[in-house]
Amino acid sequence: MTGIVAYETVIGLECHVELATQTKMFCGCRNEFGAPANTNVCPVCLGHPGTLPVPNEKAIEYTIKIGLALDCRIAPHSLFHRKNYFYPDMPKNFQISQYDLPLCVDGHLDVQVDGRTRRVGITRVHLEEDTGKTTHAGATGRIAGADYALEDYNRAGVPLVEVVSEPDMRSAEEARAYLIELRATLEALGVSDVRMEEGSLRCDANVSVRPVGHADLGTKVEVKNLNSVRSLYRALRYEEERHRAALEAGEKLIQETRHWDENRGVTTHGRSKEYAFDYRYFPEPDLSPIEPDGEWIDQLRAELPELPAAKRGRLSARYGTLTIDQAGRLAVSPVLAGFFEEAVALGTTPMYAANVLTQDVAALINELGTTLDEGELRPQHQRDLDRLVSEGSLSSTAAKAALAEAFATGASIEEIVEAKGLRQVSDTGALEAVIDEVIAENPGPAGQFRSGKEGAINALVGQVMKKTRGSANPSVAADLLRRRLSA
Amino acid sequence: MSELCDLGAHELARRLRQGEASAADVAESALRRVGELDERLHTFLRVTPDLARLEAARVDERLAAGGELPAVAGIPLALKDVLTTKGVRTTAGSKILEPYVPPYDCTPWSRLEAAGAVLVGKTNCDEFAMGSSNENSAYGPVRNPWNLDTVPGGSSGGSAAAVAAGEAVWALGTDTGGSVRQPASLCGVVGLKPTYGRVSRYGLIAFASSLDHVGTFTRDVRDAATLLSAIAGHDPMDATSLPDPPADFTEGMDAGVRGLRVGVVEDWLSMEGIQPGVAAAVRSTIDRMDALGASVETASLPHADYALSAYYLIAPAECSSNLARFDGVRYGLRVDGEAVDVAEMNARTRGAGFGDEVKRRIMLGTYSLSAGYYDAYYGQAQKVRTLVIRDYQAAFERFDVLVAPTSPTTAFRLGERTEDPLAMYLSDIFTIPSNLSGTPAISIPCGLAPDGLPVGFQVMGRLGDEATVLRAAYALEQDLGFAAQPPLLGDLVHR
Repeated sequence: MTGIVAYETVIGLECHVELATQTKMFCGCRNEFGAPANTNVCPVCLGHPGTLPVPNEKAIEYTIKIGLALDCRIAPHSLFHRKNYFYPDMPKNFQISQYDLPLCVDGHLDVQVDGRTRRVGITRVHLEEDTGKTTHAGATGRIAGADYALEDYNRAGVPLVEVVSEPDMRSAEEARAYLIELRATLEALGVSDVRMEEGSLRCDANVSVRPVGHADLGTKVEVKNLNSVRSLYRALRYEEERHRAALEAGEKLIQETRHWDENRGVTTHGRSKEYAFDYRYFPEPDLSPIEPDGEWIDQLRAELPELPAAKRGRLSARYGTLTIDQAGRLAVSPVLAGFFEEAVALGTTPMYAANVLTQDVAALINELGTTLDEGELRPQHQRDLDRLVSEGSLSSTAAKAALAEAFATGASIEEIVEAKGLRQVSDTGALEAVIDEVIAENPGPAGQFRSGKEGAINALVGQVMKKTRGSANPSVAADLLRRRLSA
Repeated sequence: MSELCDLGAHELARRLRQGEASAADVAESALRRVGELDERLHTFLRVTPDLARLEAARVDERLAAGGELPAVAGIPLALKDVLTTKGVRTTAGSKILEPYVPPYDCTPWSRLEAAGAVLVGKTNCDEFAMGSSNENSAYGPVRNPWNLDTVPGGSSGGSAAAVAAGEAVWALGTDTGGSVRQPASLCGVVGLKPTYGRVSRYGLIAFASSLDHVGTFTRDVRDAATLLSAIAGHDPMDATSLPDPPADFTEGMDAGVRGLRVGVVEDWLSMEGIQPGVAAAVRSTIDRMDALGASVETASLPHADYALSAYYLIAPAECSSNLARFDGVRYGLRVDGEAVDVAEMNARTRGAGFGDEVKRRIMLGTYSLSAGYYDAYYGQAQKVRTLVIRDYQAAFERFDVLVAPTSPTTAFRLGERTEDPLAMYLSDIFTIPSNLSGTPAISIPCGLAPDGLPVGFQVMGRLGDEATVLRAAYALEQDLGFAAQPPLLGDLVHR
């Protein structure tokens, strides 16, 4: 029997979130990224004999907040367990984690995909400690063939939350939307730096493919080393195709862990899951159960900020001119959304503010490798730019230049426009001499226009802009050119 | 004996304050005793004379300056080598920690040091506190000062023997299944295991976290109460430490036993295998309690029979995880050999660094926590533990204290049980239940058996009720007037 079989992808994500607490999970060492190796360490987080863990209450609070934001049930009785395995980046050779009694269970996160809402179940949110970092040194820089390994224990004992989703996503797009929404939620809560490039947000994907209509899941592969939203998306697209091709060719897939290679754009075999690790979990005898009382949970619930989904709904309802997409792009970042609302409150047109923030400012931040709050741009700048552009005193090109300058220096738009001579010339008298010059110097396009080629006007406008160094109002220049050439 | 180091801490404290002796005199007396005996006893793994003299000199300065001194100031102390001491090598009796110098002090010692205690040294013990005879020390056994051919008990054998022999006036040990009370019994001194959480475990090199307790060795009950008072109280570095602030445990200890409801664990006294001399000494002590006005009746702990089995599943399970950190990566022994990768280095280090008993328990514990076996072993043992706890709760509704022998026998001969781990494990059959329940218990010497060796009498109390345990023990001690000393000390005088 032949025929076209439709396939369905099934994806679940396990995300690790480093909490932005002042100190580590079980000791008083500072929790910071980028300190010199082995400077934020003490006998406790180095696993010296005789030391004991003392839980960080703030980390428990943050975990509960994450659980509440994801509509989880907060367990009235939860336990830390020991997960036993040997690895030199783990000083005690066991990790204090949670096992069958995690802090938060049975939640969900609603994400937007192509304008539709998709609900992704959250299996659990639990709290554990991070490991140190191993660097394999010597010949190749890879594990195989390394001469020696270096350990940095600054990260050992940093509070780490694991958010495990149900296998509810059906495409790479949905997984991407989930990760973006989760990151936005965590950022809104202020519980983590959520910087994937620094490892404060890490994500592993479980993916399988099955023919549509089959109840049983296909062979599951776990993909690791996904260091950005883009990596997640690309890796899932790659795996989806790989599975589909294998199924179509009648090949057997194996259950395994695969490593995403960002440069080559492929996944490679990591380790087979045929031999499962036995972690010998048992309740951590050095710690008491976590039993948060209802009053505390209510208080934490009351402290929750506006979450991205609510923000998205509110922005698009309140500023009716925004598209769903624009509202969504603003809502994923509390900083961006706050900036937007402040700019609008100052009198900026919502549409203008949203466009500039989601396009020009986003491009600028991307280019400079910085963040909005690290720059000097203020909502007042946006309002002033909006005013000058709508008055016709500033071309969109000039506005971009002024924006970049304001972002870098914080100077007022007025000052920037004056200092750089960016003001747009709409005064026809001042432009007429330039117009004449341009027509004289460009007989080709001028002739083409005269013989009926309307499009040739653009080349001439471009020359006018060039001669005036962008300060001419292009529509005024076009009108003048037309008038002169038709005369 | 007339040496300073043979006196009790309370008498020494009096003499220091009266100017009858200096802290330096007291320290020298203990150090001299160590010099005379330690080659034969092998009590200490490390003697710290320089530190002891420095600390004693500081106490003398404080005495000269006048003013109040803590009760422990100037009193020579020994610490079991599983308790960390900053800058002083701490090996836990194991080769794997032979070069290890801790970067921090355990909480009990940091409290004592601040109060002016004088450290004589670190005492020998079974490797990682696993043993009942001190024969599992990687550095050779301790000998019992009552008879050099017998063991001092374990695992805190060095601390018990040091106090019995006057090498220290008092000492700290640890008790996971009886490791303070059993050697105290075998060496004729007082051994106190307080309530779980009473004394911080921070700096106690863990064997089995849920069962480990820091305890005291002293020559009398008053000193036990004094030393406990100095080390007890909440510690923010130990999440299982009780919230109670420090207290004075000597308060009310002389109130006597009239009207006290005493439960005798008869099943233990009539158990097959108990040495007749031990049973006789314990029974006659129980008669004394009756004579002193206590109300004495038979008590039962029906699940105590299973306590030993449960203990030998729970303790090894926790130990298999606690001892995983000794891998040659960060501190202690590292054996590279021809190792090609870190896993092999770990294996070589652990293979060379751990002794047989430690390896046996790591393997037992690893097995009992493994997938497919957890419920049948570790899980089942935890259920038994709950039953033992309930037994105690039920018994303490009827009684204020329970009494029993500490150990089924007096000190046994070196080598007698080393080939038979199960026989060795039975040494702790009467002490283990109190570790499972976390309740306080004390062993006091109650006389000598016909073999001339001391017998320990155990008093067990309610959770958090050290006061009643100490009160009962103190009343008995006053009544019994046990004053025998190890014959070895007599030899010293007549030499």
